[in-house]
Amino acid sequence: MQKATIQLETLTCPSCIQKIENAVKSLEGVDKESLSVLFNSSKAKFNFDDKKISIKDIEDAITALGYEVKKSQVKAL
Amino acid sequence: MQRFILSKKNQITLISAILIIIAFASKLGFENTNIFIWSLAIASLLGVLPIAIQAYQALKVKVVSIDVLVTIAVVGAFLIKNFEEAAIVTFLFLFGAYLEQRTLNKTRSAIKELTELAPESALKQMGNGEFEEVEVDEVDIGDILLVRTGAKVPVDGTVLTGEGHINEASITGEAIPVGKKKGSQVYAGTILENGTIQIVADRVGEDTTFGKIIELVEEAQDSKSEAERFIDRFSKYYTPAVLVLAIIVWIFSQNIELAITILVLGCPGALVIGVPVSNVAGIGNGARHGVLLKGSEVIHDFSKVDSIVFDKTGTLTIGNPKVADKEIYAENQHEVLGYLASVEKESDHPLAKAVVEYIGDTKLYTVENTDVVKGGGIVAHVDGHRVAVGNVFLMEQENVHLNEKARADIAKFEENGNSLVLTAIDGELKALMGIRDQIRLGVKEDLQKLKKLGVKNLVVLSGDNQGTVDLVARELGLTEAHGHMLPEDKSAYIGKLQAKGQIVAFVGDGVNDSPSLALAQIGIAMGSGTDVAIETSDVVLMNSDFSRLPHALGLTKATANNMLQNIIIAVGVVLVLLASVFFSEWMNMSIGMLVHEASILVVILNGMRLLRYKLR
Repeated sequence: MQKATIQLETLTCPSCIQKIENAVKSLEGVDKESLSVLFNSSKAKFNFDDKKISIKDIEDAITALGYEVKKSQVKAL
Repeated sequence: MQRFILSKKNQITLISAILIIIAFASKLGFENTNIFIWSLAIASLLGVLPIAIQAYQALKVKVVSIDVLVTIAVVGAFLIKNFEEAAIVTFLFLFGAYLEQRTLNKTRSAIKELTELAPESALKQMGNGEFEEVEVDEVDIGDILLVRTGAKVPVDGTVLTGEGHINEASITGEAIPVGKKKGSQVYAGTILENGTIQIVADRVGEDTTFGKIIELVEEAQDSKSEAERFIDRFSKYYTPAVLVLAIIVWIFSQNIELAITILVLGCPGALVIGVPVSNVAGIGNGARHGVLLKGSEVIHDFSKVDSIVFDKTGTLTIGNPKVADKEIYAENQHEVLGYLASVEKESDHPLAKAVVEYIGDTKLYTVENTDVVKGGGIVAHVDGHRVAVGNVFLMEQENVHLNEKARADIAKFEENGNSLVLTAIDGELKALMGIRDQIRLGVKEDLQKLKKLGVKNLVVLSGDNQGTVDLVARELGLTEAHGHMLPEDKSAYIGKLQAKGQIVAFVGDGVNDSPSLALAQIGIAMGSGTDVAIETSDVVLMNSDFSRLPHALGLTKATANNMLQNIIIAVGVVLVLLASVFFSEWMNMSIGMLVHEASILVVILNGMRLLRYKLR
């Protein structure tokens, strides 16, 4: 398992949070329980299984929603 | 294509504004209805594009967002050929979002400034012995790093070579530079003001003290209270419910105009955004003033505190006690003091340190069978004698006889506000020392401010004798004072206050008071950025600065009020809008959107006031 922190563009609408949450949760290999999308710091934090999905795929899923990914950090758990 | 449109949102907003102006100019100025209609139609089609894309993406992940409501409303208005409404609603929605982003960035600025203090690069020693600039993420524990004058220390570490002065304001809030030499600890995020040092990395990234502070503040700004979680759950069902309501209205009244107006009016914007905005601004203000608040639950509880319990040593007083009075009951002073110093050297109790410091250089003896009596003192064997050093309680336990003179001295010393250290050798009292601590500067005024803010009970608890504690309480105007308290007595006392229904905050130095810090509704640590203080408490006063306590309390009260105001504004606006759509003539989609967007801005601006909050 890997622990990821993705810095997004500034989030302004709380429904963005719901969108990003649902989108990331629906990805195979992401630990749903660990996911939190932080409104004020505009970050998504979650654990994922790098054998099933790459951080790139997750970033793409968020970008596809129309949110820019500024930086992402991955650490082994 | 989708991404391109979204990235050009601001330009689209501008174009639709221009088109709307053209439309109204042509209608009012030239009475040209053709241009009027065409401009508005184009403005609404163009404007709805980014909104519709967002709506589509939301629906794809099964979320009925505000975008969905607005898109349906605009499309509906377009179909019934009400281009005027369609254009104005899309423009207001886009422009509102733009303003929201700008103002939200402002409310978040205080915390952002803090996180931007984090070091980004480091000069790391490579295999060939040369230093090369690398990203701070690439530094591992044990790496050797070079820090030059003016640079930020990249990680927590120990100085290997070199000397310099470091400004540690980002960790302790203290702006006076601290001298560092070989073996000194240095902290990430602090700035080397002069000199050059090489350090070895001990802790990196999120494990550094600064990393922990940042993480704490970042978590705090997004931590949610029970009320907020309720609002979140509520809004998840609220938006789809508005959609359903609009459909029902449409089916029964066959009035599309009314149905789409409901869609616009029902947007929940201000409600969901109001509380987080107050929260982030309040915590941001605190971070700027050396007060770390751990989230909105803490703000809520702290604002309601009516009793504050203080630890004495290190909190109300400076925590650097000195021997002020002494009495020796023996011929051979040197021997007694030598025994005393030898025994006290074994302990790191503040009183023991004061005694050792006072005695200074003296002949030291070997100390054996050291036994620490909790809440009493130390008993040990020195040079074949049984030496007991501690308070009156220990002397009683050791069956030491206190004659009349000794008892008179003890009473006099206590009256002067001393803590007592008695020394008995082989069951006979040989020395009495009175140790006093100085009250922190300005504490009295700060306590007055707390009273003005509505705190009813100010209590001091201490392990010192009752006389000392009473003296401090009298001098500072505290409501209650209790001495002879062990750590477990303190937490028991807090439990008693809570049982009486009081909301209690405990202020301590965070080292030996963790049970009390944990038990009190609000644990306030006077920390110099120590890890323990940061982790066990709810509020941290940086650099042990007592004067930040009134600011912290005032700030949490202001923030809690601000949240309440925002909730009232948000709920009030939705109620008024919904009521007026059914009971008034003047309500339409555009006015609804205008009021809705305005209410969002009002709550953000209201939250922003907190950034400037200062205790009067």
